[in-house]
Amino acid sequence: MKRRKVIEQTAKTIFTICAAIAILAVASITFYLVAKGIPAAREVGIGKLLFTTSWRPTAEEPSYGIFFIILSSLVSTFASIIIGVPIGLCTAVFLSEIADRITRSVVSSAVELLAAIPSVIYGLIGMMVLSPLMYRLEKAIFAGNETHQFTGGANLLAAVIVLAIMILPTVISVSASSLQAVNDSLRYASLALGATKMQTIWKVVVPAAKSGLLTGVVLGVGRALGEAMAINMVAGGAVNIPLPFNSVRTLTTQIVSEMGYAEGLHRRVLFTVGLVLYIFIMIVNFILLKARRRELNE
Amino acid sequence: MKKKLLALLMSLTMTAALIGCGSADQTASAETAETTEATEETTEDTVEDTASGEAEATEEAPAADLSGTISLAGSTSMEKLCEAMSESFMETYPGVTVTVEYTGSGAGLESLASGSVDIGNSSRHLKDEEVAGGAVENVVAIDGIAVIVDPANSVSDIPADKLAAIYKGEITNWSDLGGNDEVIVVIGRESGSGTRDAFEELLEVKDACKYAQELDSTGGVKAKVAATPGAIGYVSLDVVDESIKAVAIDSVEPTEANIIAGDYLLSRPFVMATNGEISAQNDLVKGWFDYISSDAGKDVIKSVGLIIPQ
Repeated sequence: MKRRKVIEQTAKTIFTICAAIAILAVASITFYLVAKGIPAAREVGIGKLLFTTSWRPTAEEPSYGIFFIILSSLVSTFASIIIGVPIGLCTAVFLSEIADRITRSVVSSAVELLAAIPSVIYGLIGMMVLSPLMYRLEKAIFAGNETHQFTGGANLLAAVIVLAIMILPTVISVSASSLQAVNDSLRYASLALGATKMQTIWKVVVPAAKSGLLTGVVLGVGRALGEAMAINMVAGGAVNIPLPFNSVRTLTTQIVSEMGYAEGLHRRVLFTVGLVLYIFIMIVNFILLKARRRELNE
Repeated sequence: MKKKLLALLMSLTMTAALIGCGSADQTASAETAETTEATEETTEDTVEDTASGEAEATEEAPAADLSGTISLAGSTSMEKLCEAMSESFMETYPGVTVTVEYTGSGAGLESLASGSVDIGNSSRHLKDEEVAGGAVENVVAIDGIAVIVDPANSVSDIPADKLAAIYKGEITNWSDLGGNDEVIVVIGRESGSGTRDAFEELLEVKDACKYAQELDSTGGVKAKVAATPGAIGYVSLDVVDESIKAVAIDSVEPTEANIIAGDYLLSRPFVMATNGEISAQNDLVKGWFDYISSDAGKDVIKSVGLIIPQ
């Protein structure tokens, strides 16, 4: 009897410790980023850091304005969501409502494969295929334009397209499973009332799966915001206003490309950039948590 | 029960945070301790060496009797050189361990000044305050920066002032330089890069450049310039190959002879700075510099595409 109790207790402790590891990791990352990021932000001035636009960390009088960088991150994420979510949602509807078994298995394994492709491959394809196309487009659009700086095809638009494709698997798989989770009685009731299949999908099934779909979108936002490698290869990397044909730099690529050689305050400010990115991700996760909770309540 | 669990987790988190702080400090002090130890070892070895080998000290590099650790830190641009040199050096002197950290020129010279390394690597000439701090400049190699364009570009000579204007965004079309009517795509490296630093400084366009693309590797710049019609970029001279075209600056071709003669604008020294003259260093460091100026060392310098200073 006593032995059993000991085993129970030990098992419980082991599980608790395992669970604590994740929390420990999050807590230490948070602590580290805050401890590293805040002093540099103070040194530069938080307002100056967040709301000025000139990034010249190695100048005689260095300036560390990351406003355009934050803006680029937000714009590229938002735009990729605008493009990626409708496609992802329609694919999810197709998978869960329309496709027959064979088509479904083909499409869903393609989606899974898309999710498994490393981001560097997306970047490479973007660089080799997308950039030359972009450059041709850029030359056609800005022909004779004196003020536009030609980027050779590495621009925000390329980044947005790559991101939109990269978030597809996340959006599709989460949305499809939440659509599938909708109770069949709703579908039958709708069909019995004389609604067509499409009416049933858009007016009954999709609204019923709303929270799950939102979760997919939010996860997509997280993915787009946090992507570094692919963006680094297609976005050009100069700090600019995020216009479609400008070469841009996002929060992630800022850290990736400059951490290697940065020293002193420059390096510390990159940690602050990391902190800013982290705060954005926290906000996204908070929204996710809310959405999930609502889903549970329903 | 729930509350209890939460409290437990909270306390765990806090402990973790505390441990985190503590261990960071500990690691730092442990590192310092190690470094000190290493230095001590080195000195001990040196003493032994001088005691046992006084008679043969003047002999031509008696291999294998050196042992200990030589530590270098500094310029990332010098990575290729340092890796090749230390590998070759350690083959000749199996008892010696050469450690190189690539922390950047400024950081390397700081480490030298604080005494944590034997040699500070710098891919620029030393600043006055660094010399005042006791650092001595030993130029071991010269690196040239080549300005590259795509191979189809008809322009093969750019005056320095025009080059600066291109990078400042004042000239935007190759037709202004006698080339085809093709827009110029200005490609460079990210801030903090040694090559960018050297390029901007040598061309006197520091922080005035308007880059269309900032890439974070030499290979990236090369590949982009090769693939983009109308692109211009800069890379180390030694990576220039058939895929791109290196242009002359002020009609001076980027060649070894021109760089040694000091005619080519975009060249920079690779410095291995020591605290005090080389002759005042321990036998290990002396051996290192002897090796660099030996034929074997010169072969290494050439093999990584650098130029041997005269």
